[in-house]
Amino acid sequence: MDRKEFLRKGLLGTGVFVSTAALGNVVKNNIDELRELDILGFNHIQNTNSKIMENTVLHKADTRGDANHTWLHSKHTFSFANYYNPERMHFGVLRVLNDDKVAAGMGFGMHPHDNMEIISIPLEGDLEHKDSMGNVAVIKEGDVQVMSAGTGIYHSEFNKSKDRDVKFLQIWVFPNKRNVTPRYDQISIRDVEKKNEFYQVLSPNVNDQGVWIHQDAWFHLGTFDKDAETSYNLKKNGNGMYFFVLDGEVEVAGQKLSKRDGFGIWDADKVDVKSLSNSRVLLMEVPMAA
Amino acid sequence: MTNLFEMMQRPLYILHVGKNTEINATVNRLINAQQNWKGETASTFFEVREKCLSQSFDIILIGGGIDEETESQIRALVSSHFPNTKIIEHYGGGSGLLTNEILEALK
Repeated sequence: MDRKEFLRKGLLGTGVFVSTAALGNVVKNNIDELRELDILGFNHIQNTNSKIMENTVLHKADTRGDANHTWLHSKHTFSFANYYNPERMHFGVLRVLNDDKVAAGMGFGMHPHDNMEIISIPLEGDLEHKDSMGNVAVIKEGDVQVMSAGTGIYHSEFNKSKDRDVKFLQIWVFPNKRNVTPRYDQISIRDVEKKNEFYQVLSPNVNDQGVWIHQDAWFHLGTFDKDAETSYNLKKNGNGMYFFVLDGEVEVAGQKLSKRDGFGIWDADKVDVKSLSNSRVLLMEVPMAA
Repeated sequence: MTNLFEMMQRPLYILHVGKNTEINATVNRLINAQQNWKGETASTFFEVREKCLSQSFDIILIGGGIDEETESQIRALVSSHFPNTKIIEHYGGGSGLLTNEILEALK
């Protein structure tokens, strides 16, 4: 199917659950240096907190796909690698949201990507990046990294530390144009960080604050004190908003969210956010259709 | 297309089309690493046509570097002559999306 059909199939995916166990085999992993993986199964446990209201979707933290390879522990909000849940395929053009923890000195060896906008946000620790374009860089907490994979790029990401884990978010967004020239960028967002309001870290615009990608998407981070309130106004008609709680508890459009919960909302121009505790939130505004 | 259960019982033939030879090789290796999945690669429309004439593919993956014109040609070919073959735009280049994309296509 092409991407339009893929997205048209629904924000939440369609069809019945398909057990990867039905394949009857061990599904080999997709990354060269990893060992053969066991089938992880699927999100067959009914999420009684999932409020599929007419324009929202809730992804509780403990309903994410869980992949523990000892050196890598990854939680998948959307289907990825051996985690396959037809109802968790994407939120608009937001296709991957992985919450990764990599052990000291370990990492992902050289492997390829194409036609994806790949954003990495370290939460704790440092990642050393190398790629086929010759880039070598370290990204730290407070940085944002972006790769437009385009026609193809190879890269590796390793935990720079010899004695502590690195935690980071790996976010993939479908590009609005295929086969672009691959590119890499990283910035520090420490200087633009604000308290009790969302600040932009990603946009479609080269000259705008933060990194840029080939997609009409805007990412914001927010660090909030308890009881702080703010609102977010949509930047482009037709986009949806996906909130991912990094820390603490917040209330978004009346929905209470805890650490690592995800909440998507569409057909809304403005959303009110209230911090129920000291909190940190990643807000991703993305197109809901190709 | 035959139903999912039937597809699980027999080899699944997948053709990956892309311009990056290294990524082609990686995707092909990942496909062939799955039991009962048989992968081949192509880089041009003409290669796709030749492959399809000699082998019935269940899925064609359109990978990186394939321009719109070539993709249109492939779609027209498949639509006219191989209607049981499903075409997927593959994203990621041999990434963690490959298996999901194929499972979605089989639904």
